[in-house]
Amino acid sequence: MAILEIKNLNLSLNGSLILSNVNISFSEGYIHAIVGPNGAGKTTLGYVIMGIEGFRNFDGDILFKGESIKNLNVTERARKGITLAWQEPARFEGLTVEKFIMSSARVKNPGIVREVLIKVGMEPEEYVNRAVDETLSGGERKKIELASILAMKPSLVILDEPDSGIDISSIENIFEAIKFLKSNGTTIILITHSLAVLRHAEQAFLLCNGCVLREGSVNEIIKYFGKKCLPCVHKNKPEEPEDFDLRTDEVKIK
Amino acid sequence: MVNKNKKEDGQAMVIKNDELYSIARIANIDFALRDPNTARLIINKDRVIEAKTVEGLTVNSEGIKDGVKISIFLAPETKVENPVHLCFGVTHKKAIQRIVLDIEIGKNSQIVIFSHCVFPNAIDVKHIMDANIRIGKGAKYSYLERHVHSEEGGITVIPKSRIALKEGARLKTEFELLSGRVGKIDMDYETVSEKNSVMEMTAKIDGKGKDVIKIREVGNLVGEGSRGVLTSRVAVRDKASAEIYNKLVATAPYVRGHVDCKEIIQGDAVASAIPIVEVANPKARITHEASIGSVDAKQLQTLMSRGLTEEEATALIIEGLLG
Repeated sequence: MAILEIKNLNLSLNGSLILSNVNISFSEGYIHAIVGPNGAGKTTLGYVIMGIEGFRNFDGDILFKGESIKNLNVTERARKGITLAWQEPARFEGLTVEKFIMSSARVKNPGIVREVLIKVGMEPEEYVNRAVDETLSGGERKKIELASILAMKPSLVILDEPDSGIDISSIENIFEAIKFLKSNGTTIILITHSLAVLRHAEQAFLLCNGCVLREGSVNEIIKYFGKKCLPCVHKNKPEEPEDFDLRTDEVKIK
Repeated sequence: MVNKNKKEDGQAMVIKNDELYSIARIANIDFALRDPNTARLIINKDRVIEAKTVEGLTVNSEGIKDGVKISIFLAPETKVENPVHLCFGVTHKKAIQRIVLDIEIGKNSQIVIFSHCVFPNAIDVKHIMDANIRIGKGAKYSYLERHVHSEEGGITVIPKSRIALKEGARLKTEFELLSGRVGKIDMDYETVSEKNSVMEMTAKIDGKGKDVIKIREVGNLVGEGSRGVLTSRVAVRDKASAEIYNKLVATAPYVRGHVDCKEIIQGDAVASAIPIVEVANPKARITHEASIGSVDAKQLQTLMSRGLTEEEATALIIEGLLG
């Protein structure tokens, strides 16, 4: 069953077509990946799903649990259970980790902050009273943002480049937290250009120059993406139809 | 502690316990009244209603027209263990309170003073503070001022401080006006810092309605190796206005300083920031940053994507900035 369906989505920004005829159906309870090279429109698609200001004026529709969310703002979408973790999390001068996480928590249980910090591999005593500002590294802020999402218990979470700025020892914490989200029924959309991240998904969509170029199993997309998108054989301009033979790894471009 | 406070008509001062505890509770210092080791001085309008000192600390107060003149002297080589609480309250609806404060911190001494300015019922109250502070060689002095105002906006606060730091002295001031309406504030602090001294002054003010905020802070870093930081965090909304003037002057070698001003505006509020750095020595270095604007969009969208409304998110961001 699809939790999120993107139908015939076209988005232009400043006169340029950024997303073109995007049709994607995300099955409930799975880890999905939207993969593609830089500039493919992955993050933009994440913003459109979340309803971020400036990314709401598009053609087509987005259905969440069968209902259109096109006219809902960010808060309304979040209250339906959708959330987003940014590639580069925001900095909040003076706002403590505890207050930041608690503000997201669906149930304001006093123990929740400690619980979710441990889940992302952070020592609660060391962090609860610190500010979510530049005194924390990008990786620490990323884990704290993920902790806040654990506290929120969303139905659908979009994680934009979840491994960027994360040191090797913390990547495991991030993916443990993602598995935890999935085990609690959350559907996950990973936005990435990393094969290492892509491997954690169960279903993948390859985005190229604003179009969905391919969709399928992770293995199939990894094979295609690894060989044909790094570097991009289209110079970021997909030409259809594509013909990619998995047996020979050959791609024929008109 | 010598108390020469008296009413202008010469009648003996009457201390009312309920009055004392009422002010102390609003200032959140009723615990201090029960502690024999905590020095305090509590004033309501122009009368001292509670005074207690500790060893090495001399506090004299004297009634003047519309207020109290206070002198505080901390003997050299003295460390006051518990923070000292000064409470300048006005429980009246209409009043003028004039405080003349003279503070001398002896060589190598240490003290932390919490100053509570409490005007819970003010409709037309003017609080005028004129402070002269001298911090001795190697001494450490912290003055943390917290204001609790009524919601009427009928308050005018005019604090003025002149502070001199001797060699190696350390000064930390924090001015917070986050509770109730600001009304009008016209703040004027100026320091002169000698060799290797450290000065850090922070102001945090939350303005709304038709509040008017003026902050003037000047740090003169005249001694070799002296350091200073001026920090302002101001939020203004509705039709409030803020004008922040921060100036650091460096005239000696190896001086280091920074001016940091951040203002958030909402609604029809208006804000201006004037950071000035003046360097008259090639071996000195002063930096500054100032920003004025609405709440950062990414911060806002992040919190909204967790389910907060725009108003809730904005309030939380401002609370963090000023908290």
